[in-house]
Order: sequence, then structure tokens, then C-alpha cells
Amino acid sequence: MADLSTNFVGIKSPNPFWLASAPPTDKQYNVERAFEAGWGGVVWKTLGEAGPPVVNVNGPRYGAIWGADRRLLGLNNIELITDRDLEINLEEIKATKKNWPDRAVVVSLMVPCEEEPWKKILGRVAETGADGVELNFGCPHGMSERGMGSAVGQVPEYIQMVAEWCKQHTDMPVIVKLTPNITDIRKPAEAAKRGGADAVSLINTINSITSVDLDNFAPEPTIDGKGSHGGYCGPAVKPIALSMVSEIARNPETAGIPISGIGGVTTWRDAAEFIALGCGTVQVCTAAMTYGFKVVQEMIAGLENYMDEKGYASIEDFRGRAVPNVTDWQYLNLNYVTKAKIDQDKCIKCGRCHIACEDTSHQAITNMVDGVRHFEVIEEECVGCNLCVNVCPVEDCINMEQIAGVDPRTKKPIDPDYANWTTHPNNPAVWAKEAAE
Amino acid sequence: MNAHQRSRDVRAGRLDADAYKDLFSDLHPPLDDHEAHVEADRCYFCYDAPCMTACPTSIDIPMFIREISTGNPLGAAKTIFDQNIFGGMCARVCPTETLCEEVCVRETAEGKPVKIGQLQRYATDTAMAEDKQFYTRAASTGKKVAVVGAGPAGLACAHRLAMKGHDVDVYEARPKAGGLNEYGIASYKAPGGFAQKEVDYITAIGGIDMHYGKALGADITLSKLAEDYDAVFLGMGLAGVNALGDADADAEGSLDAVGWIGDLRQASDISTIAVGARVVVIGGGMTAVDAAVQAKGLGADEVTIAYRGPKERMKASEYEQEIAKVRGVSIRYHMNPKRMIVTDGAVTGMEFERDGSTVVVECDQVMKAIGQSFAPDSAGNIALDGGRIAVDEEGKTSMAKVWAGGDCVNAGDDLTVTAVSQGRDAAESIHRALSA
Repeated sequence: MADLSTNFVGIKSPNPFWLASAPPTDKQYNVERAFEAGWGGVVWKTLGEAGPPVVNVNGPRYGAIWGADRRLLGLNNIELITDRDLEINLEEIKATKKNWPDRAVVVSLMVPCEEEPWKKILGRVAETGADGVELNFGCPHGMSERGMGSAVGQVPEYIQMVAEWCKQHTDMPVIVKLTPNITDIRKPAEAAKRGGADAVSLINTINSITSVDLDNFAPEPTIDGKGSHGGYCGPAVKPIALSMVSEIARNPETAGIPISGIGGVTTWRDAAEFIALGCGTVQVCTAAMTYGFKVVQEMIAGLENYMDEKGYASIEDFRGRAVPNVTDWQYLNLNYVTKAKIDQDKCIKCGRCHIACEDTSHQAITNMVDGVRHFEVIEEECVGCNLCVNVCPVEDCINMEQIAGVDPRTKKPIDPDYANWTTHPNNPAVWAKEAAE
Repeated sequence: MNAHQRSRDVRAGRLDADAYKDLFSDLHPPLDDHEAHVEADRCYFCYDAPCMTACPTSIDIPMFIREISTGNPLGAAKTIFDQNIFGGMCARVCPTETLCEEVCVRETAEGKPVKIGQLQRYATDTAMAEDKQFYTRAASTGKKVAVVGAGPAGLACAHRLAMKGHDVDVYEARPKAGGLNEYGIASYKAPGGFAQKEVDYITAIGGIDMHYGKALGADITLSKLAEDYDAVFLGMGLAGVNALGDADADAEGSLDAVGWIGDLRQASDISTIAVGARVVVIGGGMTAVDAAVQAKGLGADEVTIAYRGPKERMKASEYEQEIAKVRGVSIRYHMNPKRMIVTDGAVTGMEFERDGSTVVVECDQVMKAIGQSFAPDSAGNIALDGGRIAVDEEGKTSMAKVWAGGDCVNAGDDLTVTAVSQGRDAAESIHRALSA
């Protein structure tokens, strides 16, 4: 039986599934329910400095987009950090950790960008027995207008500075949570590393307006006729998160830095993908907010099953295995030639592959053969783009198959050896090099 | 077995008042908004969609379903009505399981087609509930067209002609419009006076004058219409009822099913409709099922559909047969009618030949549903084909200025939806002829 336990920068948890800093982790009541359901750890909802509590809007805090049957695909929020009293939060963190010593309790923090407030709050958190802290440099709404959250996360120098203060003023592991609202995610990650952070976690939410109310012409969620951008999360953001995680994992400057992966983790499979890209734990919010805490049981069982099937005894056995396979476009094998192949037994003849290819691509799929409705790939036209696979409603009906010999489209023999753009005769850089020689 | 031992039992009011309400309420309750959206999301928006090809009126089904899924049911209704102004009734009575839904790729994929009929009803009901009219009349052409028969073919033709700016006079033999929608189909398929509401909705376009109680051949003649109008469309359906031949008898309780259904549909209080304790319905089509299910619904103890062929040859689809069985009707196949057993002038049983042996089914009523026939006398010497009016692909008959469509022509499958398409297409042909 696979062992899912993790040790992430010294923070131990029975499984890699943590609840991200968010409404589900705002109170002892919620967190204990999560632990009862099986969550391996939590990042407590972000604490601010002592003083009057934060104020939230009293209108809608969330907006969403949906797929078929109102399946929630993306969620955005304009909620701020915890609006509960600091002392109550600290007491509850302490009590919770005491009740659940085997679970990870990390505390998210956001205070003004000055050394003293950070020093002060770190000391208070240390008294709770929490396992670590996560610096919230990601929250894109509200707090950023006050010079916190993503306002810090968008300036690498600030990240480094705050990380240094934190490392100086606490022995707890320091995780820096990164905002995706930036052009190059590697820069803040490098800054966190320079600042001595033990790990990074990403992604925080993405600036977003989920929709516009066409009666009132106001963005959703709408507060008395007005709206503000919120932070976007949920299944829709997973591809963005995976890409950002991979960039940090394969960047020589940051390679090897522990990563807690966040962004649309909904099933065991999503979690396994983040782990394959190097993450030591994953953090979940939207799936729990959509379905409740029980979803973690599917994640645990699914991940165990996957690992057992693959023969991985521990998370470390497959963690990061996909990282070497993330490369630049220029290194992709241009001699890898594929053609779509439609399984006629599985085809239900909806014709979507045909019309997608006919209208928008390469005219490489028939719709009629000998007067009969029939969808077949025309190999002479197929560039192997995969669009038909993506639009086909039947799983496994269309597959891309590698071919050898002569490519019917180009009429040229396919070189069996690997060759990429860097040596391709059409590459101007290659001509320049040849001319120089 | 002796048919004489039991006295005939035919009477009205077999049930409590509430039971009638239940039995004759909607067969399928309409989809609510959420159900419609969930169902609409199942549509794959197929290319050259098989459902659209299977629809006799070629409704752009993927498009109207997509319009439903994007919260535009009125747009969906217009997509439907553009092709089929009787989209509301067709949503209720079309045998979708042998048309659009049979070829739905979801049927191929998982045996559960998108509920196209139900979605069509959702869209058309929305438009009709708001009395949203999508069409206006073109400038008057000054041309006059006579339409004979106010059923689906005639009114589809009249509506399209009115749209084109022609003035239409509709002559209907009965006191109400709607044809078989009003008089011929089971009440549970279109309860709540839907057929009349739909007629009102369709004729609201204007330019259509209805003349009731005018039967062709009796009150009006084709030659006079052809003289008085620029064009004539014949859509009077089938006035005759096929006979059982030697097996028939002129006896009390020997009924024509279409007539019986018509009486039921027109009754202001269905509890006044008499039904036998034991009823035999002879036939294998939709009318047989409609009659049998309603006889059962009115409180008959035993209702048997006797069909002379095998199950797979029955014109009523398997789905219709299933409805009949679920509602307690027994269906017996290979029952060849031989003789009606009559005692003291009233039916007491029906004798069949089945696989070489004689089978007697005791009963109090025999409802004959073995098809209707065209009554040729009404249309003078117009050319016929297979006993019905011969038409070309545009609906033109052998007579100049005369078009025809619906059940009275030789080119259909006796479905409402086919009648609508023929009426509509004949109107286009008439319009071309009048514009030439």
C-alpha cells in the first residue's frame, strides 16, 4: 500500500492534501471538520496585524462560471483576509494543533510591508505551535490596494526583503505564496529563494471578472451596481498553475526549491499532476468549497490506487518526474509525425471532428464516403494537430498515432532520428551560423 | 367460452371525478427551466445533424437546442417555427422515437437520445405563453387563395401564404379548426385545449379568414373554388374509415375509433363518454393505441389491441406500444379479424383467426382503427394515386391552380409533421406561381 505521508520543509502531514488559505480554514470549527474528513493539513486563512478586524463587503463575495449542468468550473472572490479578531484566531490555531498533532497547520500571514509588524506577528504565531507560515503575497484584490498581498508579490525586491525579515525572526519554515498576476513567475520565485524562503506555494488567484450583468451593466459579483476584479480559481485555472509550477521547477535558479502546488486541484489526478511537476504538497480550496470536505477521500483513495498500480511506495517516488520532460518548443522533435485515427466502432457520427477540421483547420476529415455519413481522416491533409481529438465527445475514439516511412502529406520520408528547430534548415539562425562558418 | 352468459356492460362515469383528471393530464409534464438547460447541454451540436435530416420539416434542431442552452428560448422557438409553425403540437405528438430522437448520436452513444421533443415543447410553450408573434404579413399581393381543411396541412399552408401577403380563406367541414390535432389524437397528448390555442396563435398573423361547416363536395365545390380564387390548396385529410369487410357488423358497440376519439375530445365532461367493461381495438397504428389507452383511462376493465401482423410491423412505435402496456392495455399480435359476434343487435365479442385456430375475445365494444381512407367524391375528377390525391414534389395536383397536402395526398406517412411540411412547401410553390 502506497504511503502518502509527506515531509514538506519539515512540516509533516499524513497526506499531501492541504486546504489552502481561504474561507474553509478561517475557523477551528471548519478546520477540525476538515481534519475529521481526512485532510492532511491546512494553511489557516490569512491573519493580519492586531487591531480592528478587517471589514468585508456585505454583498456577494463570489462569482462563478459554469459548464454543462452548472458544474462549477471557475470561481472568483473579493473576500479579504480573515475578518475575525487576531487573538481568537491565535487561540483557535493553538487548540486545533493541540487536538490534531499529526496534521499540518501552517498559518498564512499578511501585514504591512515593514519589518516590525512581521516580527511581531511571527512571534505570536510561534506561540501557537503552528508548523510553519505562508506569506500571502498573492491576494489580488482589496489588500493589494493597501500595499499588501499581490502589491508585494509583484515586486521581487519586496518579496526578498520580507522573506529575509521572516527568516530572521522565526525558526518556523517560511513558505512564500506567489501571485500569478505577473508576466514572469520565475522572478518572484527567485526573489523568494534569495530571501531565504524555505518554499514557494503557487498560484494565488488570478485577476478576474467572471461576467457582466447585461441588465445593469455591472461586473459580477455586483455590489450595489458596482463590481471589482476578484481572484479567480477552480478547475479553469489549473493549466495556468501547472505551467507556472513547471517554470519554477525547471528554472536553474530555482530548481529544487520545495513547491506547494495550488490551482484547480479537484481530483487525485490533478494532485498527481502537480506532484509530477515537482510539488511536495498540493493545496485545495474550490473543490472543497464546491463539494464539501469529503472530496479529500476520493483524492486520497485515487492517489493511493494510482501509486499502487504504478508501484510507487511514496510520493517521492514520482515527484518531479515530469519536470525533465517540460522543455522549450525549439527542442521538440520535428521528426515525430502523427496522424489522427478515428475508431469507427466508437464513432457516434456527430461530425464535430469534420466540421472543426473543415471550417477551422486542414480539411482532413471526410463527412461522407460513397454517399454514406462517414468520418475518416485524410492522411494526405492531416497535420496531426489534435483538434479533432479535443472536440470529439467520445473518449478514446480519436487517437494520434505516430507514423513512419513516408508522410502522405509532405510525400517526404520521415527521418527516424530526433531533430529540432535549432538545426532545421528553415531556421534563420541556422543560416547565419552556416554563413559564419 | 360463451359470450351470452354475461350481459353487456357499457356505461359512462366509471370513475371518481379526480381519477379522470389524473388519467387525462399531460403524458409528459413540461420541462422546467433547469431541466431544459441540463437536457440542452447534452446536445453535441452535430455537424449536418442526423436529427435535422430525420425531421420531416427539417427544423434546425442543434441550433434551437443551443439557443435554449444559452438562455434564448424565444430564439429557439423562432428557429422551430421558421420550419414548422405547428412546432408546439409536433413537440407533443411527433413519434420522435422513430424520427429525430432515433437518430440522435446520443442514442448511438448511450441509448439515451437528447429529449428533442421535450425541448421543442419548452421553447414553443415559452413563446406561446408570452404570445410572442414572430411573423408579420408582407405587403398585400391582392391574390386570394382558398384552403380546404383547417388541419395541420391546411393551416401551415395558410400561415405561409398569409406571410407572403396573400389573402386566405380556409374552409373547414367541422365546427372547429385543428383537424386531427383537435379531433383525432389522444387527449393526454395535448391537454388543456392546446390544439385551439395553437390554431389561435397561428392564425393571429392575420389575413386568414376561417369558414366553418363548409365541406368540400357538399357546401362548396372544387370547380367553384378554382374559379373564384387564384389558387386552391386541398388539405381535407381522410374522411373515410377503412372497413373490416366481412368481419364487420352493423351493431351497437361497433365503433369507428377515430370518431370515438373525436367524441371524447369534444366532450365538455369526459365522464359522460360511455365505455365498455371489455373493449377490443382492432388495428396497429397510433389511433389504435390512442383509443385503447383512453378506453382504459375511462375505466374499462380489459382493453385488448388486436393486431393482425407481428409486433415489429405495428405502425405504432415500440414506445407507443410501451405506453399502452404500462397503462394496462394488452396487445395481441397475429389476430386476423373474422367475425363480430352480435347478440340482440349489440356486440358481445370478436372472433379472430390466429395461426390457424379460432380465438374469441369477449367484449362490449369493438373499436375499429384500421386506417382511414380518402373520400374521393369530394374532389371531383382530380387524379388519384393509391386512392389518394396524386401530387408532384411541390404538391401540385392534376388540376391547374390546385395544390394538395397532408393525409389526403399519396405522398406521406400520415404524420402531423409531414402534413405541416407539405402544407408549407405547397404554399411556397403557390407563392412562386402567383408571383410569376
